[in-house]
Amino acid sequence: MRERQPNLQGWLFISPWLAGFLLFTLYPILASLYYSFCDYRVLTPPRWVGLANYIALLTDRDYFLPSLWNTFFMLIELPLALVIGLTMALLLNHKIPGIGIFRTIYYLPSIMPVVAVAVLWLWVLNPQYGLLNAVLTPVLAPFGLQPPAWLADPKWSKPAFIMMDLWAVGGSVVIYLASLQNVPAHLYEAAEIDGAGSWHKTLHVTLPMISPVIFYNLIIGVIWAFQYFTQTFIMTQGGPQNSTLFYALYLFYNAFRDFRMGRACAMAWILFILTLIATLIVFRTSVRWVYYEGERG
Amino acid sequence: MSAQGQKRLAHWKQSKVWRKRIATAAVYVVLIALSISFLAPFALMVSTSLKTEDRIFTEHIEWIPNPIRWQNYTEALQSFPFLLYLRNTLLVCALVVVGTVISSALPAYGFARLRWKGRDVMFLIMLATIMLPAQVTMLPVFVMFRTIGWTGTYLPLVVPPFFGSAFAIFLLRQFFLTIPQELSDAARIDGCSEWRIFWQIIVPLSVPALATVALFAFIGAWTDFINPLVYLTDENTYTLAVGLQTFVGRHSSEWNLLMAAATVVTLPLMVVFFFTQRLFIGGITLTGIKG
Repeated sequence: MRERQPNLQGWLFISPWLAGFLLFTLYPILASLYYSFCDYRVLTPPRWVGLANYIALLTDRDYFLPSLWNTFFMLIELPLALVIGLTMALLLNHKIPGIGIFRTIYYLPSIMPVVAVAVLWLWVLNPQYGLLNAVLTPVLAPFGLQPPAWLADPKWSKPAFIMMDLWAVGGSVVIYLASLQNVPAHLYEAAEIDGAGSWHKTLHVTLPMISPVIFYNLIIGVIWAFQYFTQTFIMTQGGPQNSTLFYALYLFYNAFRDFRMGRACAMAWILFILTLIATLIVFRTSVRWVYYEGERG
Repeated sequence: MSAQGQKRLAHWKQSKVWRKRIATAAVYVVLIALSISFLAPFALMVSTSLKTEDRIFTEHIEWIPNPIRWQNYTEALQSFPFLLYLRNTLLVCALVVVGTVISSALPAYGFARLRWKGRDVMFLIMLATIMLPAQVTMLPVFVMFRTIGWTGTYLPLVVPPFFGSAFAIFLLRQFFLTIPQELSDAARIDGCSEWRIFWQIIVPLSVPALATVALFAFIGAWTDFINPLVYLTDENTYTLAVGLQTFVGRHSSEWNLLMAAATVVTLPLMVVFFFTQRLFIGGITLTGIKG
């Protein structure tokens, strides 16, 4: 047998990724940390200003802090998406004829390009002629209520976005469904012998068994909320009254509209730290509710 | 209700078959109700895209357009250079797919099938980068591409995929792990190099996984918005996603044209999805579960 150099070969095989990691991940992280302490307008070289960018951001009650608050508000969507997604997955897990068609229907919205979703929902959410209010008006009329103006109303613009995203919840449904089908049948049989009904089976067998997937989706969801951009860029540009000025949108405005690269980098780093904290919190609390089958005994 | 009727009802309730049938019927009712609410926006999109201007703003929504105006599509396609944008998008997609597949399969092999010092640490670092918000790295990368004069070209969109994608590497690694190790061992005893094992054993066995990665890369590039928005400066080089956005700005109240354009941008993706459903779901399953 020939002499082998397994170590060198390992590094060689991962070298495309490694080069990309150094060039497009590690260097940019460090560079953005440096820029975040600079006044940097792209056209002129960066000038060191210490903590000025961070102080300016954290005392900015007009844009930065509202953008942070708006993004936190969007986190409401995570538990909603979780409950709706899981319910849909549980429904789709019934082995009945035609279930494949339903699965495809629920999945379709999540593969539509976000730009097209945004255009479509501008129309759906149109206060006067939109589909949503056409449905809501007759429902609300008997109570003397009128449907909101959605994207035109600062109070309802964020809930409108949440609703639009929930329409595309099908992406996570597929993941939940796959994990549901991986729950061993003998666990259900054992529960049935103990006299558990379908509610108890869901609560005490299904949910614990798929908790790692729920956990994974939660982390991804937190990160997703802080990257929320395309929809608001196309549909509201942050308005009305900055009610949909989300974190990623304000970061984009700083970097590419106002060319305040230093301040945008400070925002990127605050985002980095917030993501880390959020991920850590989800990880820490997960010990209590995530059950890993492989870790027993 | 008569005594007999009550008796029959009690009998029904006891009968397991009937209870199951009622449960199934209830599931169908909920499934259908949900389907309607999921499909309604699509139906609205297609129906609006075929309406004449004066039938758009009606008090009650007309689901079947009357008269049907197919010209909306030709008008929409003419008022933004659809074919040009389609060509641009396909060009970017093709390069992104090729780059992602090749440059992700190699590292995935290194992570899944070789034992070497530092592998587990590097793999953890790679997993961590999946969690990294794009905004953290986007700005210095922009400055970098700007310095070397790549802004305004496709290079910032198509070169990075040739350095692999962490998500694709993860997916392929999960798949490579399921291939029996004995196959590699037997080849090694016969004196095969790792490179040949990769090309002649692992790659042919992994066609479904590679196709899944290609599919995700294609959809990612097709729907990508922020990168073309930041890097493409000349309107003639736009991709469909960015082109559609400029179209929205110019025709903001012509809903029939807007819906026609949105349909046209969505349709190719739907077609791709229908033909590749199995791969698609398989890929999501592979990463979603073992993640």
